[in-house]
Amino acid sequence: MSNYLKLAGFGVLTIFFMIAASYARDLAYQFHAGILMCVAGGLFLYTLRNTDEPAVVVDRSAYLDSVVRAGVIATAFWGVTGFLVGTFIAFQLAFPGLNFDWSEGLANFGRLRPLHTSAVIFAFGGNALIATSFYVVQRTSAARLWGGNLAWFVFWGYQLFIVLAATGYLLGGTQSKEYAEPEWYIDLWLTVVWLAYLAVFLGTIVRRKERHIYVANWFYLAFIVTVALLHVVNNLTIPVSIWGSKSVIVWPGVQDAMVQWWYGHNAVGFFLTAGFLGMMYYFIPKQAGRPVYSYKLSIIHFWALIFLYIWAGPHHLHYTALPDWASTLGMVFSIVLWMPSWGGMINGLMTLSGAWDKLRTDPVLRMLVISVGFYGMSTFEGPVMSIRAVNALSHYTDWTIGHVHSGALGWNGMITFGCLYFLTPVLWKRERLYSLSLVSWHFWLATIGIVLYAASMWVTGIMEGLMWREVDANGFLVWSFADTVAAKLPMYVMRGAGGVLYLFGSLVMCYNLWMTVRRAPAKEASLNVAVPAE
Amino acid sequence: METYSLLRQFADSWMLLFLFVFFAGVVLWAFRPGASQYYEDTASIPFRNTEKPGAVQAGQPETRT
Repeated sequence: MSNYLKLAGFGVLTIFFMIAASYARDLAYQFHAGILMCVAGGLFLYTLRNTDEPAVVVDRSAYLDSVVRAGVIATAFWGVTGFLVGTFIAFQLAFPGLNFDWSEGLANFGRLRPLHTSAVIFAFGGNALIATSFYVVQRTSAARLWGGNLAWFVFWGYQLFIVLAATGYLLGGTQSKEYAEPEWYIDLWLTVVWLAYLAVFLGTIVRRKERHIYVANWFYLAFIVTVALLHVVNNLTIPVSIWGSKSVIVWPGVQDAMVQWWYGHNAVGFFLTAGFLGMMYYFIPKQAGRPVYSYKLSIIHFWALIFLYIWAGPHHLHYTALPDWASTLGMVFSIVLWMPSWGGMINGLMTLSGAWDKLRTDPVLRMLVISVGFYGMSTFEGPVMSIRAVNALSHYTDWTIGHVHSGALGWNGMITFGCLYFLTPVLWKRERLYSLSLVSWHFWLATIGIVLYAASMWVTGIMEGLMWREVDANGFLVWSFADTVAAKLPMYVMRGAGGVLYLFGSLVMCYNLWMTVRRAPAKEASLNVAVPAE
Repeated sequence: METYSLLRQFADSWMLLFLFVFFAGVVLWAFRPGASQYYEDTASIPFRNTEKPGAVQAGQPETRT
Protein backbone atom coordinates (compact mmCIF):
# COMPACT_ATOMS: atom_id res chain seq x y z
CA MET A 1 0.00 0.00 0.00
CA SER A 2 2.71 2.45 1.00
CA ASN A 3 4.33 1.84 -2.38
CA TYR A 4 1.19 3.09 -4.15
CA LEU A 5 1.33 6.30 -2.12
CA LYS A 6 5.01 6.63 -2.94
CA LEU A 7 4.30 6.11 -6.63
CA ALA A 8 1.65 8.83 -6.57
CA GLY A 9 4.02 11.14 -4.71
CA PHE A 10 6.95 10.59 -7.08
CA GLY A 11 4.62 10.99 -10.07
CA VAL A 12 3.32 14.33 -8.80
CA LEU A 13 6.86 15.49 -8.00
CA THR A 14 8.08 14.55 -11.48
CA ILE A 15 5.33 16.61 -13.08
CA PHE A 16 5.92 19.49 -10.65
CA PHE A 17 9.62 19.61 -11.56
CA MET A 18 8.72 19.47 -15.26
CA ILE A 19 6.55 22.55 -14.75
CA ALA A 20 9.30 24.19 -12.69
CA ALA A 21 11.84 23.55 -15.46
CA SER A 22 9.59 25.21 -18.01
CA TYR A 23 8.73 28.22 -15.81
CA ALA A 24 12.33 28.62 -14.62
CA ARG A 25 13.61 32.19 -14.47
CA ASP A 26 17.30 31.33 -14.51
CA LEU A 27 19.61 28.67 -15.82
CA ALA A 28 20.71 27.19 -12.46
CA TYR A 29 17.09 26.73 -11.37
CA GLN A 30 16.12 25.21 -14.70
CA PHE A 31 19.01 22.78 -14.61
CA HIS A 32 18.16 21.78 -11.03
CA ALA A 33 14.51 21.28 -11.90
CA GLY A 34 15.75 18.96 -14.64
CA ILE A 35 17.95 17.01 -12.21
CA LEU A 36 15.14 16.74 -9.68
CA MET A 37 12.71 15.66 -12.39
CA CYS A 38 15.09 12.85 -13.37
CA VAL A 39 15.59 11.84 -9.71
CA ALA A 40 11.86 11.80 -8.98
CA GLY A 41 11.15 9.97 -12.25
CA GLY A 42 13.91 7.47 -11.52
CA LEU A 43 12.55 6.83 -8.04
CA PHE A 44 9.09 6.35 -9.58
CA LEU A 45 10.42 3.62 -11.86
CA TYR A 46 12.48 2.07 -9.05
CA THR A 47 9.46 1.93 -6.76
CA LEU A 48 7.31 0.58 -9.56
CA ARG A 49 9.71 -2.29 -10.23
CA ASN A 50 9.80 -3.20 -6.54
CA THR A 51 6.06 -3.00 -5.96
CA ASP A 52 4.33 -6.28 -5.07
CA GLU A 53 7.69 -8.05 -4.97
CA PRO A 54 8.54 -10.14 -1.91
CA ALA A 55 10.01 -7.95 0.82
CA VAL A 56 13.74 -8.22 1.42
CA VAL A 57 14.52 -9.71 4.80
CA VAL A 58 16.83 -7.54 6.89
CA ASP A 59 18.88 -8.93 9.74
CA ARG A 60 18.00 -6.52 12.53
CA SER A 61 20.40 -8.12 14.99
CA ALA A 62 23.43 -6.77 13.12
CA TYR A 63 24.82 -3.29 12.73
CA LEU A 64 23.70 -1.36 9.66
CA ASP A 65 27.09 -1.09 7.97
CA SER A 66 26.17 -0.95 4.29
CA VAL A 67 25.40 2.77 4.56
CA VAL A 68 28.77 3.32 6.25
CA ARG A 69 30.49 1.48 3.38
CA ALA A 70 28.72 3.76 0.92
CA GLY A 71 29.86 6.71 3.01
CA VAL A 72 33.49 5.55 2.85
CA ILE A 73 33.31 5.36 -0.95
CA ALA A 74 31.59 8.76 -1.19
CA THR A 75 34.16 10.34 1.13
CA ALA A 76 37.08 9.09 -0.97
CA PHE A 77 35.38 10.11 -4.22
CA TRP A 78 34.43 13.64 -3.13
CA GLY A 79 37.80 14.07 -1.47
CA VAL A 80 39.68 13.46 -4.71
CA THR A 81 37.21 15.66 -6.62
CA GLY A 82 37.57 18.52 -4.14
CA PHE A 83 41.38 18.29 -4.04
CA LEU A 84 41.51 18.20 -7.85
CA VAL A 85 39.38 21.34 -8.19
CA GLY A 86 41.40 23.02 -5.44
CA THR A 87 44.71 22.24 -7.16
CA PHE A 88 43.34 23.50 -10.46
CA ILE A 89 42.15 26.82 -9.03
CA ALA A 90 45.50 27.22 -7.24
CA PHE A 91 47.13 27.13 -10.67
CA GLN A 92 44.44 29.43 -12.04
CA LEU A 93 45.59 32.00 -9.51
CA ALA A 94 49.23 31.47 -10.47
CA PHE A 95 48.55 31.38 -14.22
CA PRO A 96 45.39 33.33 -15.09
CA GLY A 97 45.51 31.88 -18.59
CA LEU A 98 43.92 28.76 -17.14
CA ASN A 99 40.66 30.73 -16.98
CA PHE A 100 40.00 29.61 -20.55
CA ASP A 101 37.87 31.72 -22.84
CA TRP A 102 35.75 28.75 -23.84
CA SER A 103 34.89 27.94 -20.24
CA GLU A 104 34.16 31.53 -19.21
CA GLY A 105 31.09 31.66 -16.98
CA LEU A 106 31.38 27.98 -16.11
CA ALA A 107 34.88 27.10 -14.97
CA ASN A 108 36.61 30.38 -14.23
CA PHE A 109 38.06 30.91 -10.75
CA GLY A 110 34.97 32.63 -9.36
CA ARG A 111 32.73 29.71 -10.29
CA LEU A 112 35.14 26.95 -9.25
CA ARG A 113 36.20 28.40 -5.92
CA PRO A 114 32.91 27.76 -4.07
CA LEU A 115 32.80 24.37 -5.79
CA HIS A 116 36.18 23.57 -4.23
CA THR A 117 35.29 24.80 -0.73
CA SER A 118 31.93 23.05 -0.67
CA ALA A 119 33.36 19.87 -2.17
CA VAL A 120 36.06 19.54 0.46
CA ILE A 121 34.11 20.81 3.48
CA PHE A 122 30.62 19.52 2.86
CA ALA A 123 31.09 16.68 0.41
CA PHE A 124 34.38 15.19 1.68
CA GLY A 125 34.13 16.32 5.30
CA GLY A 126 30.35 15.92 5.51
CA ASN A 127 30.35 12.39 4.13
CA ALA A 128 33.23 11.49 6.45
CA LEU A 129 31.25 12.84 9.39
CA ILE A 130 28.02 11.08 8.44
CA ALA A 131 29.77 7.77 7.75
CA THR A 132 31.93 7.76 10.87
CA SER A 133 29.12 9.01 13.09
CA PHE A 134 26.88 6.16 11.89
CA TYR A 135 29.70 3.72 12.57
CA VAL A 136 30.65 5.13 15.95
CA VAL A 137 27.16 5.67 17.33
CA GLN A 138 26.24 2.05 16.65
CA ARG A 139 29.35 0.61 18.29
CA THR A 140 29.36 2.88 21.30
CA SER A 141 25.61 2.50 21.84
CA ALA A 142 25.67 -1.25 21.12
CA ALA A 143 22.54 -0.68 19.03
CA ARG A 144 21.61 -0.86 15.35
CA LEU A 145 20.91 2.45 13.62
CA TRP A 146 17.42 3.67 14.34
CA GLY A 147 14.91 4.27 11.58
CA GLY A 148 15.62 1.45 9.11
CA ASN A 149 16.23 2.95 5.69
CA LEU A 150 16.16 6.51 7.00
CA ALA A 151 19.97 6.30 7.19
CA TRP A 152 19.97 5.59 3.44
CA PHE A 153 17.71 8.57 2.90
CA VAL A 154 20.25 10.70 4.77
CA PHE A 155 23.09 9.36 2.62
CA TRP A 156 21.43 9.78 -0.78
CA GLY A 157 19.67 13.00 0.24
CA TYR A 158 23.03 14.45 1.19
CA GLN A 159 24.59 13.39 -2.14
CA LEU A 160 21.69 15.08 -3.94
CA PHE A 161 22.35 18.23 -1.91
CA ILE A 162 26.00 18.13 -2.98
CA VAL A 163 25.19 17.65 -6.65
CA LEU A 164 22.62 20.48 -6.60
CA ALA A 165 24.99 22.82 -4.77
CA ALA A 166 27.98 22.03 -7.01
CA THR A 167 26.16 22.31 -10.33
CA GLY A 168 24.45 25.47 -9.09
CA TYR A 169 27.79 27.19 -8.46
CA LEU A 170 29.01 26.39 -11.96
CA LEU A 171 25.85 27.88 -13.47
CA GLY A 172 25.99 30.97 -11.25
CA GLY A 173 23.38 29.94 -8.69
CA THR A 174 24.89 31.29 -5.47
CA GLN A 175 23.70 33.55 -2.69
CA SER A 176 27.32 34.67 -2.14
CA LYS A 177 27.54 33.78 1.55
CA GLU A 178 30.80 32.02 2.27
CA TYR A 179 30.33 28.28 2.96
CA ALA A 180 26.56 28.90 2.63
CA GLU A 181 26.38 29.53 -1.10
CA PRO A 182 23.50 27.20 -2.06
CA GLU A 183 20.24 28.87 -2.98
CA TRP A 184 17.04 28.71 -0.95
CA TYR A 185 15.51 25.52 -2.35
CA ILE A 186 18.77 23.62 -1.82
CA ASP A 187 18.89 24.99 1.73
CA LEU A 188 15.37 23.70 2.36
CA TRP A 189 16.32 20.27 1.06
CA LEU A 190 19.43 20.18 3.26
CA THR A 191 17.26 21.08 6.27
CA VAL A 192 15.03 18.06 5.58
CA VAL A 193 18.04 15.74 5.19
CA TRP A 194 19.71 17.15 8.27
CA LEU A 195 16.65 16.67 10.48
CA ALA A 196 16.46 13.06 9.27
CA TYR A 197 20.16 12.71 10.19
CA LEU A 198 19.44 14.10 13.65
CA ALA A 199 16.53 11.66 14.03
CA VAL A 200 18.67 8.64 13.05
CA PHE A 201 21.47 9.67 15.37
CA LEU A 202 19.29 10.55 18.35
CA GLY A 203 17.10 7.49 17.81
CA THR A 204 20.16 5.26 17.98
CA ILE A 205 21.38 6.97 21.14
CA VAL A 206 17.97 6.53 22.74
CA ARG A 207 18.09 2.81 21.93
CA ARG A 208 21.58 2.42 23.38
CA LYS A 209 22.47 -0.51 25.59
CA GLU A 210 25.34 1.31 27.27
CA ARG A 211 24.39 3.41 30.27
CA HIS A 212 26.67 6.29 29.43
CA ILE A 213 26.70 8.18 26.13
CA TYR A 214 30.32 7.93 24.98
CA VAL A 215 32.06 11.28 24.54
CA ALA A 216 32.46 10.90 20.76
CA ASN A 217 28.67 10.90 20.47
CA TRP A 218 28.45 14.12 22.48
CA PHE A 219 30.68 15.81 19.96
CA TYR A 220 28.80 14.36 16.99
CA LEU A 221 25.47 15.39 18.50
CA ALA A 222 26.68 18.93 19.19
CA PHE A 223 27.84 19.09 15.57
CA ILE A 224 24.49 17.91 14.18
CA VAL A 225 22.32 20.13 16.40
CA THR A 226 24.43 23.26 16.01
CA VAL A 227 24.80 22.92 12.26
CA ALA A 228 21.02 22.61 11.99
CA LEU A 229 20.61 25.81 13.99
CA LEU A 230 23.33 27.70 12.10
CA HIS A 231 22.07 26.59 8.72
CA VAL A 232 18.46 27.57 9.35
CA VAL A 233 19.22 30.98 10.86
CA ASN A 234 21.81 31.96 8.26
CA ASN A 235 19.47 31.01 5.41
CA LEU A 236 16.31 32.81 6.52
CA THR A 237 15.60 34.18 3.08
CA ILE A 238 12.46 35.00 1.16
CA PRO A 239 12.48 33.72 -2.43
CA VAL A 240 11.67 36.31 -5.08
CA SER A 241 9.70 33.64 -6.92
CA ILE A 242 9.24 29.93 -6.41
CA TRP A 243 10.31 29.52 -10.05
CA GLY A 244 13.71 31.16 -9.58
CA SER A 245 16.81 30.73 -7.46
CA LYS A 246 17.11 34.33 -6.25
CA SER A 247 16.09 35.06 -2.66
CA VAL A 248 16.50 37.95 -0.24
CA ILE A 249 17.79 37.65 3.34
CA VAL A 250 15.47 38.95 6.08
CA TRP A 251 18.08 41.06 7.87
CA PRO A 252 19.94 43.88 6.22
CA GLY A 253 23.52 45.11 6.31
CA VAL A 254 25.75 44.51 9.29
CA GLN A 255 23.26 42.17 10.99
CA ASP A 256 23.46 39.95 7.95
CA ALA A 257 27.24 40.10 8.03
CA MET A 258 27.26 39.18 11.72
CA VAL A 259 24.84 36.29 11.23
CA GLN A 260 26.91 35.09 8.27
CA TRP A 261 30.12 35.00 10.30
CA TRP A 262 28.40 33.59 13.34
CA TYR A 263 27.44 30.84 10.90
CA GLY A 264 30.81 30.82 9.13
CA HIS A 265 32.97 30.51 12.19
CA ASN A 266 30.76 27.91 13.78
CA ALA A 267 30.81 25.96 10.56
CA VAL A 268 34.51 25.73 11.41
CA GLY A 269 33.85 25.24 15.12
CA PHE A 270 31.13 22.65 14.93
CA PHE A 271 31.34 21.08 11.47
CA LEU A 272 35.12 20.95 11.12
CA THR A 273 36.04 20.80 14.80
CA ALA A 274 33.38 19.28 17.05
CA GLY A 275 32.35 16.60 14.56
CA PHE A 276 35.95 15.67 13.80
CA LEU A 277 36.76 15.60 17.51
CA GLY A 278 34.09 12.92 17.69
CA MET A 279 36.22 10.96 15.23
CA MET A 280 39.32 11.63 17.30
CA TYR A 281 37.75 10.35 20.50
CA TYR A 282 36.77 7.06 18.89
CA PHE A 283 39.36 6.24 16.26
CA ILE A 284 42.55 7.24 18.09
CA PRO A 285 41.76 5.03 21.10
CA LYS A 286 40.78 2.22 18.72
CA GLN A 287 43.90 2.45 16.59
CA ALA A 288 46.19 2.88 19.61
CA GLY A 289 44.40 0.09 21.46
CA ARG A 290 44.14 2.22 24.58
CA PRO A 291 41.29 4.15 26.16
CA VAL A 292 41.33 7.92 25.95
CA TYR A 293 43.96 9.55 28.20
CA SER A 294 41.52 11.31 30.52
CA TYR A 295 37.79 10.91 30.28
CA LYS A 296 37.27 13.75 32.75
CA LEU A 297 39.29 16.04 30.53
CA SER A 298 37.16 15.00 27.56
CA ILE A 299 34.01 16.11 29.41
CA ILE A 300 35.51 19.47 30.29
CA HIS A 301 36.89 19.74 26.75
CA PHE A 302 33.41 19.21 25.34
CA TRP A 303 31.58 21.77 27.46
CA ALA A 304 34.33 24.37 27.21
CA LEU A 305 34.50 24.05 23.44
CA ILE A 306 30.72 24.27 23.05
CA PHE A 307 30.44 27.26 25.38
CA LEU A 308 33.24 29.25 23.78
CA TYR A 309 33.16 28.57 20.06
CA ILE A 310 29.72 30.01 19.50
CA TRP A 311 30.96 33.52 20.44
CA ALA A 312 34.08 33.66 18.28
CA GLY A 313 32.44 34.67 14.97
CA PRO A 314 32.79 38.49 15.20
CA HIS A 315 36.58 38.24 14.83
CA HIS A 316 35.91 37.89 11.10
CA LEU A 317 34.57 41.46 11.12
CA HIS A 318 37.33 43.53 12.71
CA TYR A 319 37.47 47.11 11.41
CA THR A 320 34.04 46.93 9.80
CA ALA A 321 30.64 48.48 10.58
CA LEU A 322 30.27 45.94 13.39
CA PRO A 323 30.36 47.66 16.82
CA ASP A 324 33.73 47.46 18.57
CA TRP A 325 32.30 45.70 21.61
CA ALA A 326 31.10 42.85 19.42
CA SER A 327 34.41 42.33 17.66
CA THR A 328 36.25 42.59 20.99
CA LEU A 329 33.93 39.93 22.37
CA GLY A 330 34.74 37.68 19.44
CA MET A 331 38.45 38.30 19.88
CA VAL A 332 38.42 37.55 23.62
CA PHE A 333 36.48 34.34 23.20
CA SER A 334 38.79 33.27 20.39
CA ILE A 335 41.76 33.64 22.68
CA VAL A 336 40.06 31.80 25.54
CA LEU A 337 39.42 29.00 23.02
CA TRP A 338 43.11 28.14 23.27
CA MET A 339 42.35 26.31 26.49
CA PRO A 340 39.79 23.75 25.30
CA SER A 341 41.51 23.35 21.93
CA TRP A 342 44.81 22.49 23.50
CA GLY A 343 43.11 20.49 26.23
CA GLY A 344 41.56 18.36 23.52
CA MET A 345 44.82 18.08 21.62
CA ILE A 346 46.66 16.96 24.75
CA ASN A 347 43.93 14.44 25.46
CA GLY A 348 44.25 13.01 21.96
CA LEU A 349 48.03 12.89 21.97
CA MET A 350 48.42 11.56 25.51
CA THR A 351 46.12 8.67 24.62
CA LEU A 352 49.29 7.27 23.11
CA SER A 353 51.22 7.42 26.36
CA GLY A 354 52.67 3.99 26.86
CA ALA A 355 52.05 3.18 23.20
CA TRP A 356 54.31 5.71 21.48
CA ASP A 357 56.31 2.86 19.98
CA LYS A 358 53.31 2.07 17.77
CA LEU A 359 54.03 5.25 15.81
CA ARG A 360 57.11 3.55 14.45
CA THR A 361 55.22 0.60 13.02
CA ASP A 362 51.71 1.88 12.36
CA PRO A 363 51.42 4.60 9.67
CA VAL A 364 47.65 4.84 10.19
CA LEU A 365 48.16 5.84 13.80
CA ARG A 366 50.86 8.25 12.63
CA MET A 367 48.31 9.86 10.35
CA LEU A 368 45.78 10.23 13.17
CA VAL A 369 48.41 11.68 15.47
CA ILE A 370 49.75 14.21 12.99
CA SER A 371 46.18 15.36 12.39
CA VAL A 372 45.89 16.17 16.09
CA GLY A 373 49.23 17.95 15.83
CA PHE A 374 47.90 20.09 12.99
CA TYR A 375 44.76 20.71 15.05
CA GLY A 376 46.94 22.08 17.81
CA MET A 377 48.91 24.24 15.39
CA SER A 378 45.96 25.77 13.61
CA THR A 379 44.04 26.36 16.85
CA PHE A 380 47.12 28.18 18.09
CA GLU A 381 47.39 30.25 14.94
CA GLY A 382 43.67 31.09 14.80
CA PRO A 383 43.44 32.97 18.11
CA VAL A 384 46.63 34.87 17.23
CA MET A 385 45.04 35.99 13.97
CA SER A 386 41.84 37.00 15.77
CA ILE A 387 43.72 39.64 17.79
CA ARG A 388 42.78 42.96 16.24
CA ALA A 389 46.35 44.19 15.75
CA VAL A 390 47.42 40.96 14.05
CA ASN A 391 44.21 40.87 12.06
CA ALA A 392 45.02 44.33 10.68
CA LEU A 393 47.96 42.68 8.95
CA SER A 394 46.54 39.25 8.19
CA HIS A 395 42.97 39.97 7.11
CA TYR A 396 42.20 39.75 3.38
CA THR A 397 45.66 38.28 2.76
CA ASP A 398 46.71 34.74 1.87
CA TRP A 399 47.73 34.16 5.48
CA THR A 400 44.06 33.42 6.14
CA ILE A 401 44.01 30.91 3.28
CA GLY A 402 47.14 29.26 4.68
CA HIS A 403 45.59 29.08 8.14
CA VAL A 404 42.40 27.50 6.83
CA HIS A 405 44.35 24.92 4.85
CA SER A 406 46.68 23.90 7.65
CA GLY A 407 43.51 23.15 9.59
CA ALA A 408 41.55 21.62 6.72
CA LEU A 409 44.32 19.59 5.05
CA GLY A 410 46.18 18.81 8.25
CA TRP A 411 43.48 18.23 10.81
CA ASN A 412 40.32 17.34 8.86
CA GLY A 413 42.02 15.68 5.92
CA MET A 414 44.55 13.59 7.82
CA ILE A 415 42.10 12.37 10.47
CA THR A 416 39.62 11.44 7.74
CA PHE A 417 42.32 9.49 5.87
CA GLY A 418 43.18 7.71 9.12
CA CYS A 419 39.51 6.83 9.65
CA LEU A 420 39.17 5.53 6.08
CA TYR A 421 42.25 3.34 6.58
CA PHE A 422 40.72 2.06 9.80
CA LEU A 423 37.23 1.52 8.41
CA THR A 424 37.93 -0.13 5.05
CA PRO A 425 39.39 -3.42 6.36
CA VAL A 426 36.77 -3.56 9.11
CA LEU A 427 33.76 -2.85 6.90
CA TRP A 428 34.82 -5.14 4.06
CA LYS A 429 35.93 -7.81 6.54
CA ARG A 430 39.57 -7.86 5.50
CA GLU A 431 42.41 -9.04 7.67
CA ARG A 432 44.46 -5.89 7.08
CA LEU A 433 45.15 -3.08 4.65
CA TYR A 434 46.60 -3.99 1.25
CA SER A 435 49.83 -2.09 1.84
CA LEU A 436 51.17 -0.23 4.83
CA SER A 437 54.06 1.21 2.86
CA LEU A 438 51.56 2.92 0.55
CA VAL A 439 50.00 4.44 3.69
CA SER A 440 53.47 5.74 4.56
CA TRP A 441 53.78 7.19 1.06
CA HIS A 442 50.43 8.88 1.46
CA PHE A 443 51.46 10.21 4.86
CA TRP A 444 54.62 11.84 3.53
CA LEU A 445 53.09 13.13 0.30
CA ALA A 446 50.28 14.78 2.26
CA THR A 447 52.53 16.14 5.00
CA ILE A 448 55.04 17.66 2.57
CA GLY A 449 52.14 19.02 0.53
CA ILE A 450 50.71 20.77 3.59
CA VAL A 451 54.08 22.16 4.59
CA LEU A 452 54.61 23.62 1.10
CA TYR A 453 51.09 25.03 1.15
CA ALA A 454 51.18 26.58 4.61
CA ALA A 455 54.73 27.93 4.35
CA SER A 456 54.16 29.61 0.98
CA MET A 457 50.90 31.16 2.20
CA TRP A 458 52.56 32.53 5.33
CA VAL A 459 55.26 34.16 3.24
CA THR A 460 52.94 35.54 0.60
CA GLY A 461 50.28 36.59 3.10
CA ILE A 462 52.60 38.56 5.36
CA MET A 463 54.40 40.03 2.36
CA GLU A 464 51.10 41.10 0.85
CA GLY A 465 49.88 42.60 4.13
CA LEU A 466 53.10 44.56 4.56
CA MET A 467 53.03 45.80 0.96
CA TRP A 468 49.42 47.00 1.26
CA ARG A 469 50.15 49.12 4.30
CA GLU A 470 53.56 50.54 3.29
CA VAL A 471 53.55 54.31 2.80
CA ASP A 472 56.38 56.58 1.73
CA ALA A 473 57.64 59.75 3.47
CA ASN A 474 54.81 61.79 1.93
CA GLY A 475 52.13 59.38 3.08
CA PHE A 476 51.46 57.83 -0.32
CA LEU A 477 51.01 54.11 -0.77
CA VAL A 478 54.19 52.55 -2.14
CA TRP A 479 52.67 49.58 -3.94
CA SER A 480 49.72 49.15 -6.23
CA PHE A 481 47.56 46.06 -5.93
CA ALA A 482 49.02 44.64 -9.15
CA ASP A 483 52.53 44.87 -7.61
CA THR A 484 51.46 42.49 -4.84
CA VAL A 485 49.95 40.12 -7.36
CA ALA A 486 53.17 40.03 -9.36
CA ALA A 487 55.26 39.50 -6.22
CA LYS A 488 53.18 36.50 -5.20
CA LEU A 489 53.78 34.35 -8.28
CA PRO A 490 56.58 32.10 -6.92
CA MET A 491 54.62 31.38 -3.75
CA TYR A 492 51.49 30.64 -5.76
CA VAL A 493 53.36 28.11 -7.86
CA MET A 494 54.74 26.49 -4.72
CA ARG A 495 51.26 26.36 -3.20
CA GLY A 496 50.00 24.65 -6.34
CA ALA A 497 52.87 22.13 -6.07
CA GLY A 498 51.81 21.40 -2.49
CA GLY A 499 48.29 20.78 -3.74
CA VAL A 500 49.57 18.37 -6.38
CA LEU A 501 51.40 16.34 -3.71
CA TYR A 502 48.31 16.26 -1.50
CA LEU A 503 46.10 15.22 -4.41
CA PHE A 504 48.57 12.55 -5.45
CA GLY A 505 48.63 11.22 -1.87
CA SER A 506 44.85 10.90 -1.89
CA LEU A 507 45.02 8.95 -5.17
CA VAL A 508 47.54 6.59 -3.56
CA MET A 509 45.02 6.14 -0.74
CA CYS A 510 42.19 5.34 -3.16
CA TYR A 511 44.36 2.72 -4.89
CA ASN A 512 45.31 1.22 -1.54
CA LEU A 513 41.70 1.09 -0.31
CA TRP A 514 40.53 -0.40 -3.60
CA MET A 515 43.21 -3.09 -3.46
CA THR A 516 42.35 -3.73 0.19
CA VAL A 517 38.84 -4.65 -0.85
CA ARG A 518 39.98 -6.62 -3.91
CA ARG A 519 43.18 -8.29 -2.78
CA ALA A 520 43.81 -8.18 0.95
CA PRO A 521 43.17 -11.51 2.68
CA ALA A 522 39.65 -11.87 3.99
CA LYS A 523 39.15 -12.13 7.68
CA GLU A 524 38.98 -15.75 8.76
CA ALA A 525 35.47 -17.02 9.12
CA SER A 526 35.96 -17.91 12.76
CA LEU A 527 36.42 -14.26 13.59
CA ASN A 528 33.12 -13.37 12.00
CA VAL A 529 31.11 -15.64 14.22
CA ALA A 530 29.71 -13.37 16.85
CA VAL A 531 29.74 -14.53 20.41
CA PRO A 532 26.54 -13.73 22.27
CA ALA A 533 27.06 -10.85 24.61
CA GLU A 534 25.47 -12.49 27.61
CA MET B 1 12.19 49.07 27.57
CA GLU B 2 13.03 48.26 23.98
CA THR B 3 13.78 44.65 23.14
CA TYR B 4 17.47 45.20 22.43
CA SER B 5 18.24 46.82 25.77
CA LEU B 6 16.15 44.28 27.64
CA LEU B 7 17.88 41.32 26.00
CA ARG B 8 21.26 42.96 26.34
CA GLN B 9 20.76 43.55 30.05
CA PHE B 10 19.54 40.00 30.55
CA ALA B 11 22.42 38.57 28.54
CA ASP B 12 25.17 40.20 30.55
CA SER B 13 23.62 39.57 33.94
CA TRP B 14 21.45 36.51 34.58
CA MET B 15 22.32 34.59 31.45
CA LEU B 16 26.03 35.17 31.98
CA LEU B 17 25.70 33.99 35.57
CA PHE B 18 23.71 30.94 34.51
CA LEU B 19 26.20 29.90 31.84
CA PHE B 20 29.13 30.41 34.18
CA VAL B 21 27.54 28.43 37.03
CA PHE B 22 26.50 25.68 34.63
CA PHE B 23 30.06 25.38 33.32
CA ALA B 24 31.59 25.43 36.80
CA GLY B 25 29.05 22.76 37.76
CA VAL B 26 30.14 20.56 34.86
CA VAL B 27 33.77 20.80 35.92
CA LEU B 28 32.93 19.98 39.54
CA TRP B 29 30.67 17.13 38.37
CA ALA B 30 33.50 15.59 36.37
CA PHE B 31 35.63 15.52 39.52
CA ARG B 32 32.95 14.18 41.87
CA PRO B 33 33.98 11.35 44.23
CA GLY B 34 33.87 7.99 42.52
CA ALA B 35 34.05 9.51 39.05
CA SER B 36 37.39 7.97 38.18
CA GLN B 37 36.16 4.43 38.51
CA TYR B 38 32.98 5.17 36.59
CA TYR B 39 34.82 6.90 33.77
CA GLU B 40 37.34 4.10 33.52
CA ASP B 41 34.50 1.84 32.49
CA THR B 42 33.03 4.49 30.20
CA ALA B 43 36.34 5.10 28.47
CA SER B 44 36.49 1.44 27.47
CA ILE B 45 33.17 1.57 25.58
CA PRO B 46 34.93 1.63 22.16
CA PHE B 47 36.49 -1.74 22.94
CA ARG B 48 33.27 -3.72 23.31
CA ASN B 49 30.33 -4.52 21.06
CA THR B 50 32.41 -3.97 17.94
CA GLU B 51 30.91 -6.85 15.93
CA LYS B 52 27.26 -6.98 16.91
CA PRO B 53 24.73 -4.94 18.87
CA GLY B 54 24.84 -6.26 22.38
CA ALA B 55 23.35 -6.01 25.79
CA VAL B 56 26.52 -5.08 27.60
CA GLN B 57 25.85 -2.61 30.37
CA ALA B 58 28.36 -0.44 32.06
CA GLY B 59 30.13 -2.39 34.78
CA GLN B 60 29.58 -5.80 33.22
CA PRO B 61 32.57 -7.78 32.01
CA GLU B 62 33.22 -7.18 28.35
CA THR B 63 33.03 -9.88 25.72
CA ARG B 64 35.68 -10.25 23.12
CA THR B 65 35.32 -12.27 19.98
